[in-house]
Amino acid sequence: MTTPAAAPLAAGPALSGRRRAGRRTRARSIGPVFIAPYVLFTVAFGLAPAIYALVLAFTDGNGAFAGFANFAKVIGDYRFFADVGHVALYLVIWLVSLLVLVVLLALLVHGIRSRRVSAVFRLLYYIPGALAGASSVLLWLFVLDPSASPVAPLLQALGFQSFNQSIAPANLPAIFAIIAFWTGAGGWIVVLFGALNNISIDVMEAARLDGANAVQIATRIQLPLMRKWIAYMSVLSLAAGTQLFVEPTLLSQASNAVVPNDYSLNQLAYQYAFAQNDFNGASAIAVLLLIVSIALSALFVWRGGLFSTEDA
Amino acid sequence: MNPSSARRIGRRIGMVGIAAAAVVATLTGCSTKAQSGSNGQYGFDEAAQSKGSTITVWVDATRAPAVKAFEQANPSIKVKTVTYDGSSNGSNSFKTKMGLFDRSGSGWPDVVFSSQNNDASWASQKTAGKQPFAAVLDKGLVPQSTLSNFTKGSLDVCTVDGKVYCLRNDLAQNVLWYNKTLLTKFGYSLPTTWEEYQQLGAKVAKDHPGYIIGSVGDPWPEIYMAGSKCGANEVTGARTMSVDTESTECKRATDLIDAGVANKSLSTLSVFSPDFVKKYSGKVLMMPGPVWFSGAIFNNAQSLNVPKGQLGVANPLPWGSDQAVTGNVGGGTWFISSHSKNLAAATKFAQYVTTADAYQVDQAPGYPAYAPAATKWLAKQSSSGYYATDLSAVTTAAGEVWSGWGSPAFSQEAIWAKVMSPLITSGKSTTSNLAAWGTEIKNQAQVNGYTVK
Repeated sequence: MTTPAAAPLAAGPALSGRRRAGRRTRARSIGPVFIAPYVLFTVAFGLAPAIYALVLAFTDGNGAFAGFANFAKVIGDYRFFADVGHVALYLVIWLVSLLVLVVLLALLVHGIRSRRVSAVFRLLYYIPGALAGASSVLLWLFVLDPSASPVAPLLQALGFQSFNQSIAPANLPAIFAIIAFWTGAGGWIVVLFGALNNISIDVMEAARLDGANAVQIATRIQLPLMRKWIAYMSVLSLAAGTQLFVEPTLLSQASNAVVPNDYSLNQLAYQYAFAQNDFNGASAIAVLLLIVSIALSALFVWRGGLFSTEDA
Repeated sequence: MNPSSARRIGRRIGMVGIAAAAVVATLTGCSTKAQSGSNGQYGFDEAAQSKGSTITVWVDATRAPAVKAFEQANPSIKVKTVTYDGSSNGSNSFKTKMGLFDRSGSGWPDVVFSSQNNDASWASQKTAGKQPFAAVLDKGLVPQSTLSNFTKGSLDVCTVDGKVYCLRNDLAQNVLWYNKTLLTKFGYSLPTTWEEYQQLGAKVAKDHPGYIIGSVGDPWPEIYMAGSKCGANEVTGARTMSVDTESTECKRATDLIDAGVANKSLSTLSVFSPDFVKKYSGKVLMMPGPVWFSGAIFNNAQSLNVPKGQLGVANPLPWGSDQAVTGNVGGGTWFISSHSKNLAAATKFAQYVTTADAYQVDQAPGYPAYAPAATKWLAKQSSSGYYATDLSAVTTAAGEVWSGWGSPAFSQEAIWAKVMSPLITSGKSTTSNLAAWGTEIKNQAQVNGYTVK
């Protein structure tokens, strides 16, 4: 459920002053000031808790070294693999729909000739993402309830007469994917739109002169040049997706636990920490999630050529 | 893409992994040593007492008038009120927050109201080596004369290994609510056993489709399962349980549910849902349920809004010739913190809000657990002229709450919601899934540290 905040869209013109030594020194001295708040918050709310979680994961309740006991415990928990399945299914549905639809929509919006219409569409896509995570899920509580939903006829046509029928266990991965898509996709459409703008007009012009139609331009020129951006989107979305928590938690509360309070891995970690008072077990789950998302991210980075430095 | 933007992205990606851990890790808070008191004249380690210090009380919005009443009666005691969700709907806020205070070693409130009745199971136990949150109440802190005036059995949910850890606010015993006017109009007689109840359901479904005799839309196994002595939830010790979901007692109850769902004489909608109100206003012939249904569902303009003079209340039903038993759906509890620096004031507060007429009789929405207050509360309810019958069934039910349905550290409602509610909603058999229900209960019990027999 992460929206790509202020992703770097274009970085070209900023470097024109590189040759002038004086400017470079000034730029260097001002740089740390700009990144200081980011570093500070990352250390306080990212790095330090992560290290604390690592420590907790390898110790027991009294602080003694516990080896892999916490990991063995959580992996042996009867809910663990069920939750892995839930999250995996959700990720597959969500990532595939995100990749296909976002790229498609970005290409379509980019293809709109009228600047104003294009801007309106980008704004429309972006608006849901501007809502804070939890509040946008709250909105879905109403959308999913046939007695209050603006799309009630659609829900009824699908055979859902009550809220509890809408949120039947089999529907959950799709529901979470739709919510996540609705809240997160708009931001990515705007980012990919920016990436498309970055493609040199000369290249597009040349393709058109060679007789390429819109589909050919998209598949031969735009998609290959967007590869890094798509990989970037996948990596961030994957990391956010494995963290599935807000959606099932709010739905669980709203449905009096018909949506289980231990549906996702993060919820299981929460249950460990707060229902069972086992912070060490919770940390073990967190560390496992970290390892998995780093491994999968590495795959995307490698396959997407995200770190290759030659100019695209 | 130029190199510097690629590097920037690289840095961001590095942060992603860290952020991934951060979400969960921030939940873990920070830890310091737990403080521990010295003397233990009341059977637990007390903190150093500071006479006249402010007490902090945590209540839900519904209990706010209780604090006001206490402040008016005791202006010399300084009270700081914190309103929280009351741990309702399985939010577990009470336990969650106390777990964090345990880790930080300070910050506990002096008195806490919880709308759940299974909190004593964890609050009475050391967690991760930390002193139990709940003060022991029956070793001198609360006078025996006060404790013995609580309705028999009402402190069961507060009692762990023979010690009392909380005071019960209200009872939520299940009774049989019925619409006397409708019953007479249809020419039915009131069922006296669950078997007759089930037969009536079939008759209603045939002769008066659209009318219901109960609801299974909320995850409350306490109504039909506990009412049938289904031994799914027997707590036998501080950390031992007995779970048997495949007995005849369980099977006859789920058969009743399945039959009622199939012929639609039982609603599968939550009684709190707008749909329920829309569909069943004026069509609830009867409904077994807790005492608080009267105010929350029947005599509530936002809900079913049953007119004056129609609602009757009957004793809990027995199965065949068995002794009738009933269950509880909720019923709040008050805890005193063992960490309190002003135990005298905290104790006075907890006693006041559970026993004083100024709150329990005059303002409390539920049936008081404190028997003298309950008598007066009932008299007040009767005098309102709302009910079509006398309210003696409520008192009868208070004494019939089945002690075989325990209050373990985990939520039976959440398990029912997870395993059985989806079956009920989709019209599948609950009877054929009794084993799955039992497995989930046993699994939950085990991860919560219970030994299951």
